[in-house]
Amino acid sequence: MSSKSSKKTTEEILNDEDFKSLSSQKNTISIILTILELVLYFGFIGLIAFNKPFLAQKFSGAITIGIPIAVCTILFSWILTGIYIFWANNKYDVLVKKVREKIGG
Amino acid sequence: MPQTTQTIIGQYNPVAVMFFVLFVLTTLVITYWAAKRTRTTKDFYAAGRSVTGFQNGLALAGDYMSAASFLGIAGLVSTKGYDGLIYSVGWLVGWPIIMFLISEPLRNLGKYTFADVVAYRLNQRPIRAAAAAGSLVVVLTYLIAQMVGAGTLIKLMFGIPFEVAVLIVGTLMISYVLFGGMIATTWVQIIKAGLLLGGATLLVIMTLYHFGFSYGELFKQAETLYTNKFLEPGGLVTSPLDAFSLGLALMFGTAGLPHILMRFYTVPDARAARKSVFYATGFIGYFYILTVTIGFGAAVIVGQKLIMSIDKGGNMAGPLLAEALGGNLFLGFLAAVAFATILAVVSGLTLAGASAFSHDLFVGVIRRGVAAEKEEVKVAKIATVGLGITAMLLGILFKGQNVAFLVGLTFAIAASANFPALAMSIMWKKFTTKGAVASIYTGLTVATVLLILSPTVWVDIVHKSEKAAWDIKDKVDKINKDLKIAAPGQTLTSEDEAANKKSEKTAAMEIIAADAAIKGKIDTLKKGLKTVPEGTALSPADEESNKQVNNQIDQILTTESPRIYKEKIEAVTLVSPKPQPIFPLKNPGIYSMGAAFLVGILFSLISREKESEAKYEDEKIRSYIGIGAED
Repeated sequence: MSSKSSKKTTEEILNDEDFKSLSSQKNTISIILTILELVLYFGFIGLIAFNKPFLAQKFSGAITIGIPIAVCTILFSWILTGIYIFWANNKYDVLVKKVREKIGG
Repeated sequence: MPQTTQTIIGQYNPVAVMFFVLFVLTTLVITYWAAKRTRTTKDFYAAGRSVTGFQNGLALAGDYMSAASFLGIAGLVSTKGYDGLIYSVGWLVGWPIIMFLISEPLRNLGKYTFADVVAYRLNQRPIRAAAAAGSLVVVLTYLIAQMVGAGTLIKLMFGIPFEVAVLIVGTLMISYVLFGGMIATTWVQIIKAGLLLGGATLLVIMTLYHFGFSYGELFKQAETLYTNKFLEPGGLVTSPLDAFSLGLALMFGTAGLPHILMRFYTVPDARAARKSVFYATGFIGYFYILTVTIGFGAAVIVGQKLIMSIDKGGNMAGPLLAEALGGNLFLGFLAAVAFATILAVVSGLTLAGASAFSHDLFVGVIRRGVAAEKEEVKVAKIATVGLGITAMLLGILFKGQNVAFLVGLTFAIAASANFPALAMSIMWKKFTTKGAVASIYTGLTVATVLLILSPTVWVDIVHKSEKAAWDIKDKVDKINKDLKIAAPGQTLTSEDEAANKKSEKTAAMEIIAADAAIKGKIDTLKKGLKTVPEGTALSPADEESNKQVNNQIDQILTTESPRIYKEKIEAVTLVSPKPQPIFPLKNPGIYSMGAAFLVGILFSLISREKESEAKYEDEKIRSYIGIGAED
């Protein structure tokens, strides 16, 4: 666990195909999910700023469509963290384990 | 719909005191237990890294959800309707960002503070000094806001003096942190989160029971009482840029709060760190969804009139709803939960401030990274007491001041001074010491200066008296403009005449507000008006007495309002122009964060550090697979 990787192994790890794939996959997933979250939230803010009448439409009875949209913004934010956890537990951790085994860490 | 007209809020409430004492005793026992387990720096700052992902998720929720979330948002929804929901959403959306960009590298690269990560491959001393400045400013501004809020809310709920409330909160928070360090703080936060989530869930179930478990019915009644405007976005977001700027500050500020970031060092590894964000986001999101029902439920069941008569900001909406649905017992319970809520947040803040002081400033800057563990813990404990006393003193000093801007400032600084440096140090190979230092100080300065020049401080606080006078003048001018005027050669109808009289009275009431003494006199008179429950009639004697009181009020209004208008309104508005903000946005987030990133990038590009670029490779391995991470 605490084995300090020497210069040589550092380079080896960096050039390892599994490490490359793990780091690029993580960057891609992180950036995509961050962008989705930004679109979700600023989409909501954008509707409030530019299209109030849309949010004021009736959804069911007295309930306006804006209320479920606000609640869903919260829900989807949580679902996005769930997607990340699911990916990380099933893909990322497996690759991490593989790389760590290779370098005997 | 009959609404509650009375409340015992603000009076001595033995049930509330009982629940509160129970909470304090429990937490003190835990602190005693934790004190025996707090020996090393790892115990004191990071609870020995023995907290599980689930526990840390709860503790993060307890660390983050302040009284402003619990009482403020429910209050905002109950008084402003849909606009309050914008805040419910805004306070949550930073959490996914923490998960995707921050939590795992933070845990893998750092030891106790986020400065560990920024300083990882850069020049330690300047970075630690800058990061500690960013942390301490955030901690102090947020602590003052929490302390003033705590004093006001506890005074409202328990009827004890402001200063006493601040002293109780301060003493307890110092005790938890001083003796029990992160272990005690974690458990205070976990218990608080449990109580808060449980209490809010119960409140929502009882509210829904009241409406036969039908949201349709709840919103139908809300619409009947307050028109459909109540269920639509209103005037809160008028300028898109303003909304965007506040949104950025809320989102990335959450990811730059030192007391939140610090919690990621309490778990054993990056996997648990990531897991804890998932739980925290779930708990916090669930809670904010509950505030929607609590807010609208309070508006219908309690009624805005009573809510706003207790506290103009609506902060008592939740407790009042609890009282209406579950009586004194439930009110007492929720009041104690609110107390616990405040304590958990201020303890987390104090610990984060103390660690910035001891770990970053004392060890990192003064001792150049070399200090005995015992000494570091000792300095952290001294800092805890110092910070606690400072917070109490500042809390009392700011009594009665409008501190809402401090919360905006906290998030703006966290988003501008802390987040950009942290994110760039994790993600950008060419980031340098000069870039990091310049970015932190730029974010700190730009956020602070722009906020001072913004409407929230420059107009509402610096030019408070001019603004008050101009507000009244504008209102009176508008009322006068709307007065009915008879067509040439005709007289006004009696209805128009009556309407004019009513408007003139409203205008006079507006003017009177500028003179506290006269306003107080009228308020006392008004309190003497006899009332009866809706649907029943006043007795003739009461009616006669009310008539006399109303006559007295009218008398004062007609004689005093022209004088006050001349002395207090015209004296100001004729001399000074209407106060205008120098910086137009309410929150500087978009500019201060942008400036911090820009300056960080520019300074890094002109000051290349070969050594730090080389170290980035090591950092990358540690960041992604956790080799060499602190255990």
